[in-house]
Amino acid sequence: MKNPLRSEAEAFQFLLGAAVYFGLIAIAGVINAWLGLAVFIVLTLLAVGWWLRARRIEEQTKTLPVHRGEPGDRRILVIANETVGGGPLRERIEKLSEGYDTKVLVVTPALNSRVRTITSDVDPAREQAQQRLDASLARLRQDGIDARGEVGDGDPLQAIEDALRTFGADQIVISTHPEGRSHWLERGVVDKAKERFAVPITHVVVDLNAER
Amino acid sequence: MSAHADAHPPVAHQSSRVDARTLGMFLFIASEIMLFGSFFTAYFFVRVAAGTPWPTPPYELPVFVAGVNTVILVTSSFTMHWALQSIKRGNRSGLQAGLTLTFLLGLTFLLTQLLEYSRVGFAPYTDAFGTVFFCLTGLHGAHVFVGLTLLLAATIRSYRGHYSPEEHLGVEIPGIYWHFVDVMWIVVYTTVYIL
Repeated sequence: MKNPLRSEAEAFQFLLGAAVYFGLIAIAGVINAWLGLAVFIVLTLLAVGWWLRARRIEEQTKTLPVHRGEPGDRRILVIANETVGGGPLRERIEKLSEGYDTKVLVVTPALNSRVRTITSDVDPAREQAQQRLDASLARLRQDGIDARGEVGDGDPLQAIEDALRTFGADQIVISTHPEGRSHWLERGVVDKAKERFAVPITHVVVDLNAER
Repeated sequence: MSAHADAHPPVAHQSSRVDARTLGMFLFIASEIMLFGSFFTAYFFVRVAAGTPWPTPPYELPVFVAGVNTVILVTSSFTMHWALQSIKRGNRSGLQAGLTLTFLLGLTFLLTQLLEYSRVGFAPYTDAFGTVFFCLTGLHGAHVFVGLTLLLAATIRSYRGHYSPEEHLGVEIPGIYWHFVDVMWIVVYTTVYIL
């Protein structure tokens, strides 16, 4: 959301806009009440249109990666709910790691209902996410992948953004269930992540049912 | 290795995409919108729903004096902006002059409003019109008073050598607040005095 009071300069621009807006409405209103109403409607529509446009431009700004490690090493951020134990994901991580000193961070979003999130009832969701994460890390370590993990925000996109700020990944791997069984694919998480983050993103589909 | 060697602050909670300062400003704006909104609701109820003549005869609102006061307040936003732009460029005398002028213009506005109150001819207890008028303009006047307090602190600090092109948050925040107060006055003046 565009906040007009984020800085003094923006607040000053907002003041100038408000002065013009109310000044024109007042002048028109003094001439004729209906003219005042018409000017009010037109200016309000223009203001809403401008605000929506500014908001869209702001959303198009991609989050840039910040490399946190040594030059030459590779940092892979894996976002997975319960599919991190799948074979295709492990193979992908191994392939991306070839020839590099690689660090892997697995983030498991603490999936929660909207009502529970709003009421700050997040502890059970975080506990369950922690259990899934522990199991995933154990599987990865069994396969010789040195990974650490953390429980992230319930929104996978937000979890990626949070992790990027502290971990600074060179590569993001999003692991999902196959089409039709994945809520994330249904919500377009992978496409939205590609739009939002200026970091190479790999999508890996893991069919746990087929692996069992 | 001692236990203290590994001690570090806890990892900050990062679940919110909104920057903490921006979130604080959002909450402030939301609370102000609700506060002024409740007073404007009373205004529209009295004037539109109840059909109270505005202003109630035989009283008249000092539109011209309030208009001059509006120009004074809007001008103070320009001097505030000038003050901040000056310190961003390393111009300390510009900062000091800008803040001093902003404070004096704000003080002039407040004193003029108090003078207007004493000569307007009606009181908050006269009728619903009087109550709403004094509540709306008085609420705004209280905000101006808070703004003047912030400006006074910033002005004194500027004369004591505080602030630099890199560090001027102590001017930026009062500046944002001052512009907000001015915007609210434009809304109050347009609705209460003009329309």
